Amino acid sequence: MKKILIIGATSAIAENAARIWAKAGCLLFLVARSQERLDVISKDLIIRGAVGVDGFCMDLTQLDQQDIMLNAAYAFLGEIDVALIAHGTLSNQVACECSPELTLLEININALSVISLLTILANHFEERKSGMIAVISSVAGDRGRQSNYVYGSAKAMVTTFTSGLRQRLAKSNVSVLTIKPGFVDTPMTKSHKKGFLWAKPKAVAEQIVNACNSRGGIRYTPIFWGPIMMIIKLIPENIFKKLKL
Amino acid sequence: MKIQGWGRYPSLEAEVLTPSFDFECEGFIKNRVLIPRGLGRSYGDSSLSKIVLETPRIDRFISFNQRAGLLSCQAGVSIHEILDLVVPKGWFVPVTPGSSYVTVGGAIASDVHGKNHHIGGSFSQHLISFDILLGSGEKVTVTPAGMPDLFKATCGGMGLTGIILSATFQLIPIQSSSIGQRTMRANSLEEVCELFEVNTLSTYSVAWIDCLAKGKQMGRSLLMLGEHCVNGGLELGEQPKKSLLIDMPNWVLNPYSIKAFNFFYFHKPIFSPQRINLPYQPYFYPLDAINNWNRLYGKNGFIQYQFVVPKAVGVKGLKRILSIISKSNKGSFLAILKVFGKGNENYLSFPMEGYSLALDFKMESGIVELIKKLDAMVMEMGGRVYLTKDALMSEQMFKLTYPQWQIFEEVRSKYGAMGRFASNQSRRLGLQ
Repeated sequence: MKKILIIGATSAIAENAARIWAKAGCLLFLVARSQERLDVISKDLIIRGAVGVDGFCMDLTQLDQQDIMLNAAYAFLGEIDVALIAHGTLSNQVACECSPELTLLEININALSVISLLTILANHFEERKSGMIAVISSVAGDRGRQSNYVYGSAKAMVTTFTSGLRQRLAKSNVSVLTIKPGFVDTPMTKSHKKGFLWAKPKAVAEQIVNACNSRGGIRYTPIFWGPIMMIIKLIPENIFKKLKL
Repeated sequence: MKIQGWGRYPSLEAEVLTPSFDFECEGFIKNRVLIPRGLGRSYGDSSLSKIVLETPRIDRFISFNQRAGLLSCQAGVSIHEILDLVVPKGWFVPVTPGSSYVTVGGAIASDVHGKNHHIGGSFSQHLISFDILLGSGEKVTVTPAGMPDLFKATCGGMGLTGIILSATFQLIPIQSSSIGQRTMRANSLEEVCELFEVNTLSTYSVAWIDCLAKGKQMGRSLLMLGEHCVNGGLELGEQPKKSLLIDMPNWVLNPYSIKAFNFFYFHKPIFSPQRINLPYQPYFYPLDAINNWNRLYGKNGFIQYQFVVPKAVGVKGLKRILSIISKSNKGSFLAILKVFGKGNENYLSFPMEGYSLALDFKMESGIVELIKKLDAMVMEMGGRVYLTKDALMSEQMFKLTYPQWQIFEEVRSKYGAMGRFASNQSRRLGLQ
């Protein structure tokens, strides 16, 4: 029986991943901002086959609460085999451009709260010498674009941080997975026009759960985003700055 | 965003609201006129409106009593998801339509029927209760005895009474996930109707009918009977999935190709009366194996026409309708004949005791006229057309063939649904 911690558990991708783990008979500890949502999802996961589900309601940017939450998670799960960090907000780029406060708030949610949590978690995992830390970053972190560089730069920090963490923890037999989803049709992206590049959260979740059984690394989901981002990263800055991406 | 029904005709630009939790719906319906929409499997325009509220993200299980077979879930859960959960535990849905990709909310709003209608009735007859969000923003729990008027208006009510949020219903016990199927060949319409009568004790029965066959062969069919097996385990098994990635060119389906298909299908070797055991998926949901099978009919879409005529009209009446279809040369290979049992009391429920035929017409010139002609005959015989598949019925025909429409409107008015929940279909049919 796998013991799994999910941060941002009410996000569409995380909930779909939790359903797969529930069906496999895992023990789940869910963290999210809304108790009401946690209750509905917990009940559902038990019916789907989870051995046990407990929840913790918190705002991840309250950094001093993170320790308390992790203590509760360890008390419920015993050990953590997989930690999936999936929380975040899709910043309103235009609004951020007018407000340094909002920009820093977005960086705080999407980068700093993740970095803080990873710092604590890494030490626990390093000590135990096993387990998987999976973090949802984004293709947006691969190169800053005018349409969403605030969100993108926060994700770039997560990507770089997890890259370093992966190297450090490899010696301790701990895997670190950086997940880079492309466009996913979730409540977070409800105001976006959907096209053929868009993936369903269920499909993305399946790939994430599969990747969590691997040795970590970087995963683009769906996989075609790998080559797309490779090309985007190769465009010379002189040309890139004139593009409307 | 462009939305359409499963028949891909008609389509329209709409604002699509996608709540993830039931408690978000109240905010969404405020100051808006909209129609709820599940997985969009109704064929015509019953889930189309300028604003639609999609429910498939509201898809959690609420409780499952494994001993009694009682399941509670939110309205966006699909029958597919339910079967994945309950089949391995020895339960099955009491009534299922021909696709498992319908939501529970949609199954209630269409009061769906299946191959066991003559025994099991419609989906609503197995409901213990459901929760619905009314136009006023009030959430109420409806049981058949507690609020009979709202129950009878909502079941089969095409989403026009409010947003169904969750439901509790009774499952049926099974010993195996397989279905034992027997196939019988009938050379005429009389023969197949007689076979239906002889086999009324069979749990599931449906006939595929060659509606292009003329003269003596008119109505030649394959009757398929099914029973839940007693042995064979409760495994789900994986159904291999195929996709139609592009629209089929319009010329592929023509009278000749369909005639050829029908000929070979009718004469395929069958092992009657020997039984073959099939997993439940290919038995109940053969088309679910192909994602987007609706692209088969090309980019103009198709009309699925399903009507029922009372038993008193008999084989004779059915024959008159069939002869129009076979003469038109427009019928397709998916024509399904079913003998219904008694109808229920819901105001807009489709089934009535009699013969029901469902067939696809590729949308092309002449189809609208053909359907108008069929409509007139169905109306004259005292039958009706299934609202879930309809895209063309006139207001006059609706009001004549669904005589309880006025009570339906009174109940809608009583519960604050008028002017709040409306679809292109409800406007066409003259509902307020």
